Amino acid sequence: MSFLEYAPAPESKAILRLKDSYGLFIDGEFVDGSGDSFHTISPADESRIAEISSASDEDVDRAVAAARRAHDRVWSKMSGRDRGKYLFRIARLVQERARELAVAESLDNGKPIKESRDVDVPLVASWFFYYAGWADKLDYAGLGANPRALGVAAQVIPWNFPLLMLAWKVAPALAAGNTVVLKPAETTPLTALIFAEILQQADLPAGVVNIVTGAGATGATLVRHPDVDKVAFTGSTGVGRDIAKAIAGTDKKVTLELGGKAANIVFDDAPIDQAVEGIVNGIFFNQGHVCCAGSRLLVQDSIHDEVIDRLKHRLSTLRLGDPLDKNTDIGAINSAAQLARIRELSELGEAEGAERWTADCAIPEKGFWFAPTIFTGVEASHRIARDEVFGPVLSVLTFRTPAEAIAKANNTPYGLSAGIWSDKGSRILAVADRLRAGVVWANTFNRFDPSSPFGGYKESGYGREGGRHGLTAYLKGASA
Amino acid sequence: MSKRLTVPKTYKLAIGGAFPRSESGRTYEVVSPKGAFLANAAQASRKDARDAVVAARAAVKGWSGATAYNRGQVLYRVAEILEGRRAQFIDEIVDQEGVSTGAASAQVDAAVDLWVWYAGWCDKYAQVTGNANPVSGPYFNISVPEPTGVVATIAPQDSALLGLVSAIAPALVTGNTVVVVASERFPLSAISLAEVLATSDVPGGVVNVLTGSPAEIAPWLASHADVNALDLSGAGGLDWVDLEIAAADTLKRVLRPGGVEPSLDRISAFTETKTVWHTKSMV
Repeated sequence: MSFLEYAPAPESKAILRLKDSYGLFIDGEFVDGSGDSFHTISPADESRIAEISSASDEDVDRAVAAARRAHDRVWSKMSGRDRGKYLFRIARLVQERARELAVAESLDNGKPIKESRDVDVPLVASWFFYYAGWADKLDYAGLGANPRALGVAAQVIPWNFPLLMLAWKVAPALAAGNTVVLKPAETTPLTALIFAEILQQADLPAGVVNIVTGAGATGATLVRHPDVDKVAFTGSTGVGRDIAKAIAGTDKKVTLELGGKAANIVFDDAPIDQAVEGIVNGIFFNQGHVCCAGSRLLVQDSIHDEVIDRLKHRLSTLRLGDPLDKNTDIGAINSAAQLARIRELSELGEAEGAERWTADCAIPEKGFWFAPTIFTGVEASHRIARDEVFGPVLSVLTFRTPAEAIAKANNTPYGLSAGIWSDKGSRILAVADRLRAGVVWANTFNRFDPSSPFGGYKESGYGREGGRHGLTAYLKGASA
Repeated sequence: MSKRLTVPKTYKLAIGGAFPRSESGRTYEVVSPKGAFLANAAQASRKDARDAVVAARAAVKGWSGATAYNRGQVLYRVAEILEGRRAQFIDEIVDQEGVSTGAASAQVDAAVDLWVWYAGWCDKYAQVTGNANPVSGPYFNISVPEPTGVVATIAPQDSALLGLVSAIAPALVTGNTVVVVASERFPLSAISLAEVLATSDVPGGVVNVLTGSPAEIAPWLASHADVNALDLSGAGGLDWVDLEIAAADTLKRVLRPGGVEPSLDRISAFTETKTVWHTKSMV
């Protein structure tokens, strides 16, 4: 056994108390959906986890009606203090069931257990804890005294951080006094349904949160529902455009967190060891299924070879495999469809002339896998420099001057995030000023915090989630 | 002695700090409510709209890069020059809207005061809406508002000056540049305002004024890929839902038709929040 080989250390699935099939969560109870049910599978071995209900238009209608009733009769009349107490309860229950949620998330999504355990679930708890405290302090949110909730929020979330995206959506909505109908992603409904059980344990009033599982059509129906006051969506820019069109001409408020093609800029005075770790974290965290992933590495010409050598060496030590193994660094790609897209764009990268390097690691026989991959010699016009791959694929470009780095970083229709690596604080701040991106990480990457607003410029969407800004997205002034 | 022959003004477009005619060569008659001829205004075309967007884009770097204090001074200067031209604006409003001199005076006064109000926001807006965020970790984390970029505005159609000022001044506060389609019936005050801006240290291209048919011009602005935001404040009489749909193709920020009362929300509508995480080193 070499020093890189570890004995398997899988997290036990015994902690899960999964049901064989799950209904929709409407008005406080699990009910059968009237659409065609489907299976959610583990992307690591394609095994069936559970049967999931699919919400039809009528089911969505019932969920929205339940949310409206709960808003008008219960939630909007409850004191902020009591709303906050419910959210604190939820935060604590998430902490208590953290291990179970982490295992379920890694099982359903394919992400490494060390990420679901150390990043996703702790952040979920912190999000509820943070917004719980806002519920009775809305007068300080910046909208003047006595701001009001918008009403019923329709929330559609993606598969890359299933439970965390739920928390980003549900916590501020409830704190502000809205009620919710949430549609989890088709391939990752599991933790949202366990979360529904947590809501029952918290004794949250019926109808305050409703969860309708299904495919894209369910989400499309939900965001178009005439009795919805707020739409919050995280997902692809294409679907974001469709939603923006669908809500045109209505009174609905909308928050869209869409795609990205973030530049991670490494200057020649950067602390190289930290930068290499940051590059790895930036694009290989969660298999690159991250909208703010640092998918374009912009490295200063003079240190290109050194950075790439160290990067390849570091990637050769990453362990790809069983998401439930505590040693695993790179988990499974979430679905066959996503794997096909990553493969297609990678083949395009080679066809367009970039040089491909893939870490040498064993790929499990079953499931969906893609080894960490780097493209060097990438030009700004290449598809792998422009399109969101949403996978463990890094495109490397070079620059000579800060001005060139800024121009290349901004040369994208997206504007979600960016990274800067340099030892020179004044340069970091000057470059950060000029980047058209909603989140800029300096000498770090992929940090998230409930108090920190997150969201994009340009075609990465609009509105912010997190912090005071994220709260106001669910409020209107007293005079509005 | 005979009465002096007056020298009527030629009203043109305002693009990039210059006052060109429409490249289409088209004009339309601006008349008083009683039908009296007032002037020929330029009838802007799609090409004029595109030229205006190019000028507005070119002006973003300088205007958004100016210090907030400087933008505040320049916008206050606009109010000063506007005040000095009160008589001209009152006359134009009386002619176009057919209102009394008193009502026209009140509109000009309100417009001047509104410029002063928004001018004062320039170096306070970021303090009021920005945040230092207490994240869990060794990071200096700050959220600040930045301008969205190029804002295309359909000015309120029922007001010659105040509506226009209400729509464009808040967009300028944070450093956006503007392409505004003036009131179709009352375009003269808009061009005169552009003259005020041109003599107030507002850099060329920061405000570009198009006169003509909003119904004709607005769709080109709504679908233009280099426009970042669409202010439909004065588009209530147009097929504005189609404009919002067109704007969705490039995910423009859209302000739907409605009131233009002075508010922080009008400034916020065309801003982006940037959050910077700066690592704190070991000491």
